[in-house]
Amino acid sequence: MDLYEYQAKDLFAAHGVPVLPGDVATNPADAKAIAAKFGQAVVVKAQVKTGGRGKAGGVKLASTPEETEEKATAILGLDIKGHIVHRVLVTPASDIAEEYYFSFLLDRANRTFLAMASVEGGMDIEEVAATKPEALAKIAIDAIKGVDEAKAREIADAANFPAEVKDQVVDTIVKLWETFVSEDATLVEVNPLVRDPQDKIVALDGKVTLDENADFRHPAHAELVDKQAENPLEAKAKEKGLNYVKLDGEVGIIGNGAGLVMSTLDVVAYAGEQYGVKPANFLDIGGGASAEVMANGLDVILGDEAVRSVFVNVFGGITACDAVANGIVKALEILGDSATKPLVVRLDGNNVEEGRAILAEANHPLVTVVDTMDNAAAKAAELAAAGV
Amino acid sequence: MAIFLNENSKVIVQGMTGAEGTKHTKRMLASGTNIVGGVNPRKAGEKVDFDGTVLPVFGTVKEAMEATGANVTVIFVPPAFSKAAVVEAIDAEIELAVVITEGIPVHDTAYFWAHAVATGNKTRIIGPNCPGIISPGKSNAGIIPANIAGSGKIGLVSKSGTLTYQMMHELKDFGFSTAIGIGGDPIIGTTHIDALEAFQADDETVAIVMIGEIGGDAEERAAAYIKDNVTKPVVGYVAGFTAPEGKTMGHAGAIVSGSAGTAQAKKEALEAAGVKVGKTPSETAALMREIMQSL
Repeated sequence: MDLYEYQAKDLFAAHGVPVLPGDVATNPADAKAIAAKFGQAVVVKAQVKTGGRGKAGGVKLASTPEETEEKATAILGLDIKGHIVHRVLVTPASDIAEEYYFSFLLDRANRTFLAMASVEGGMDIEEVAATKPEALAKIAIDAIKGVDEAKAREIADAANFPAEVKDQVVDTIVKLWETFVSEDATLVEVNPLVRDPQDKIVALDGKVTLDENADFRHPAHAELVDKQAENPLEAKAKEKGLNYVKLDGEVGIIGNGAGLVMSTLDVVAYAGEQYGVKPANFLDIGGGASAEVMANGLDVILGDEAVRSVFVNVFGGITACDAVANGIVKALEILGDSATKPLVVRLDGNNVEEGRAILAEANHPLVTVVDTMDNAAAKAAELAAAGV
Repeated sequence: MAIFLNENSKVIVQGMTGAEGTKHTKRMLASGTNIVGGVNPRKAGEKVDFDGTVLPVFGTVKEAMEATGANVTVIFVPPAFSKAAVVEAIDAEIELAVVITEGIPVHDTAYFWAHAVATGNKTRIIGPNCPGIISPGKSNAGIIPANIAGSGKIGLVSKSGTLTYQMMHELKDFGFSTAIGIGGDPIIGTTHIDALEAFQADDETVAIVMIGEIGGDAEERAAAYIKDNVTKPVVGYVAGFTAPEGKTMGHAGAIVSGSAGTAQAKKEALEAAGVKVGKTPSETAALMREIMQSL
């Protein structure tokens, strides 16, 4: 889960990383009040989980509370790369002497963690990596030893942080590592890490990604979920324990196993090209595929108004196809009249003949059984096009 | 020969007495796996009857190995306890640890991987978040259904469980030397490259299917490895062409980040290394079919 800047900075502050004070406003009047409280020039920053806010007009300086209100009015509601701004962070404007870059992240290739640091911060770090790779220090971190003061100093030395601020940078690096480990983060990024004219180090921005697999040991992380910004279908699916991602298409997809479902989306996209239809979602119902899970899955997918047909693609590995077929039949009973879209079902693997026989017997008017994944995808695309 | 797992493998199950462990111990036994015991410190000394096969429960992996000569462990313990279970297996220096558990925090996986490296890589780790490994007719360590395909000469390595099953099903008339699901997490023990290297060295394997998916650059690195080291024919498949940027698609590691980790880049890298890449699982199977028929 990606956090907003203000949430990331709250975590930083809790772990002793130096940040500026700031408050979040959801309307211009509140932004004005926050600026009045600070009694000095402020920066109004759009809170969106994407980069390039500055270029998109999402970060503005304001010298008075009135101007803060104006800027907040302009920023709230902005669409930044598909992310609508619902909140702004109002924080005192600071003078900047130098801008640095720092991050801890997962290094998948080396199966460990990586520290990246540069004294050329403030810009897109991928650009620095591409144009001036020598300016970006990359230091592998041993997942057991972690980052103590000596390791932090090694990183700070490798990145050539200036002597005047090196001790502060080392201390900040240790605290960012504490944030990274104790919050189970997969990314902690500060860009820019700022040196002010008084040689004080401050994390001016913050980006944190948390590992949802570790939620069981971080009950407090549940409060960081932005329910308002969640897609309502995704939220509904999550409530029911389903692994669902809303996409922009017309063919609803249900399958078992993440790889097979991803593959199903691709096959439907190919088949849909000639009809101008695309997959509407990712939904992995996992190994069980009981009637209840199938009904919940269908319920979520049929709640998507864009859906014109549904493709149920199951390979019976551990699950038996007859159980899946019974699940589909019972799910349609449970849903009754609310099931209105045609279903294309492809079953293969364990007990496939029994499964197909159950569907043939039920002879539900909405259900078409097709033998192969490719042909079923073509059928589902055709039905979606006909239903548009 | 097969790779990593064969008819001489003696298998123990960590978490054998839990619901998943019990279910899959039965299935593994039914498919002919030589399971010699289980590990659960709270039930040490007990015996468990699996449809007529009575297996002892040991307190630790080390005790189980000393008593039975086990050289493989299959791990079903829940995510919160997986790190300790894998570390224990590493410390016991068991040859192969197959970590089936889904949902292990990546900091925990990074920890046990670092521990394996620090202690000299004496234990091969497969997974986590994987279906395990099967050498059909010889042994089955994990949850891959044994009845999909029999033994043969194709080697299969895949990030995905169900795509492994699908591909085994499509090519069941040829059969497999070994099929291995390496898992969909961002950090995994055994990689595509490890499996490719072993298949290349395995006399029984004549051709290899490699299945990848979005996220990371494991497929690109595997492509580079194939170009330089693999002389056996390789057919590839990559899932996730339609996955949007920044969304995790089921597997914790299946995410396109910015411009990195796309299916298109993986496909191009594989093709540049001379690997034929199918557009769908069926097309991939057809490519392998052609190769097998020409050999």
